[in-house]
Amino acid sequence: MKLVLKKTASLIITLFIVSLLAFLAFQIIPGDPTTKILGTNASAQKAEALREQLGLNRPVTERYLDWLVSFLQGDFGTSYSYLRPVSSLLADKLPVTALLTLLSFALTALLSIPLGIASGSMRSQAADHLAVITDQIIMAIPPFFFGIISCYVFGVVLKWFLPGNYIPLSENAAGCMGYLLLPALSLALPRIAMTVRMLRGSIRDELTENYVLTAKSRGLSRREILLRHVLRNAMIPVVTFLAVSAAEIMTGTIIIEQVFTIPGIGRLLVSSIGNRDYPVVQAIVVLLAAWIMIVNFLADLVNHWMDPRLRS
Amino acid sequence: MKNPTKKKKNRYLLTGGILSGFMTALIVCGFFWTPYSTTAMNAREKLQPPSWRHLLGTDNFGRDVFSRVMQGAGTSFLIAVMVVVIGCAAGILIGSLCGYYGGIADLILMRICDTITAFPAILLSLVIISIAGSSESNIVLALGILFIPSFARVVRTQYAGIRDLNYIKAARLEGVRTPRILYAHILPNTLPILIPALTIGFNNAILAEASMSFLGIGIQPPKASLGSMLKDSQNYLASAPWYVLGTGFMMVVLILAFSLLSEGIQQSTT
Repeated sequence: MKLVLKKTASLIITLFIVSLLAFLAFQIIPGDPTTKILGTNASAQKAEALREQLGLNRPVTERYLDWLVSFLQGDFGTSYSYLRPVSSLLADKLPVTALLTLLSFALTALLSIPLGIASGSMRSQAADHLAVITDQIIMAIPPFFFGIISCYVFGVVLKWFLPGNYIPLSENAAGCMGYLLLPALSLALPRIAMTVRMLRGSIRDELTENYVLTAKSRGLSRREILLRHVLRNAMIPVVTFLAVSAAEIMTGTIIIEQVFTIPGIGRLLVSSIGNRDYPVVQAIVVLLAAWIMIVNFLADLVNHWMDPRLRS
Repeated sequence: MKNPTKKKKNRYLLTGGILSGFMTALIVCGFFWTPYSTTAMNAREKLQPPSWRHLLGTDNFGRDVFSRVMQGAGTSFLIAVMVVVIGCAAGILIGSLCGYYGGIADLILMRICDTITAFPAILLSLVIISIAGSSESNIVLALGILFIPSFARVVRTQYAGIRDLNYIKAARLEGVRTPRILYAHILPNTLPILIPALTIGFNNAILAEASMSFLGIGIQPPKASLGSMLKDSQNYLASAPWYVLGTGFMMVVLILAFSLLSEGIQQSTT
């Protein structure tokens, strides 16, 4: 309990620092946002009025506190290019990215654990070599390249889906999931390879421990030893790794959304960077950063909960 | 009689070494010579499929894809090398001082490093590029800075472990000056850990540059990089699939070569 409090305090401090940095980073950008909104040939008076309206004339500390308070209340400011509240922009896009992340994470966990156990308990040398080589190759394929290949194979050649024609969830739930399946798999594949590799190594290490020998001498079958004893210990690092993956998959969506033209926050982020629409960039970055920090925090807690050695 | 201490053949090192040697040779060759011009456009040879004349076909401007891939891989390669050099040099400096001296500065610096490494490089470099603007030197700088913590952490752990060993104590008693202890006595002993970290960092840098160029905020046309070529080629997926496949294949082989190499080095030193 004390540990949880300590970790929570540390999380809050880090989140605070991240928010401060995110705020300051976008203060030092050269150029005036009013020129961005009004165009370069707007009158000085008009620009001044807008500066006043956007609150750009107040001191930095005051603006930071204001920004932080409204950010916590869910008011992320106004987009320069859409002239709409950032929160309403995000409300459209966030569920799409969240769904993609969730699907990809589910694929990673559901495929990598059985595969890892299978390849960790294999005794054939040839099969082992094959597994190692497959792992290495899959890890070398960047998700966006796999995404492009699957667009070509399943979209252009087999015509199973139309690349770029995203189906909104509200229109057709099954169609939407179907469209998100390939992007989710593209994101999941390298993660699956890494997890399988990790679980295999972890199982191999545990199998050399003395308690395995004890269990064997008590007459337990290999299967029983593996599932009941070895796996419990071998899963500890893997669960932590999977938890951290949830954060990395979310950032991976930034690129994969471009490949499959999925209207999520990744696409919004990239187009906003292009448009220099800083309130949007700032909001997305802070939200992603918070997501990463929180996931890492939870991974840490899970790790402590699973591994009694860390509790003392 | 067989020598019982003879090491098992290290297949990773062999395949990784050959592959990365071949790729490096191809890339270095691309700096000086490519089969065709990488910029000259040829309207009559637009989107030609692979043939003996054009090994990987031609692109939408009639440029030879293989020549462009050679040069594009060169751009990616150079950027990755510079990123790793910046990250590693600064990482060694910070890591060695932190590990050797310890104390409160070490604690704070490592805490900062942990926070930075918790973020995926692509997100932070997007932020830096969106603020500083997109140019080749900004990409190198942004990624270079982001790669410092991973090296600093690795180096620090090594230094903290070695600093109290007897040979270091002896060197101190003999009056060897600290910089010499740090970089002539300890540094060579960190190499078995540092070299795999370098190759992994190199791969991450290739991937990061490719991702950024793919998003259109990295290398700008007409200059070719693997990421920017993939971005362009995606528009010709139906009419010229070889353009995408050739470029992507080159990237996969490059990454695979160096990850096999680092795997091999790790196996041969442990």
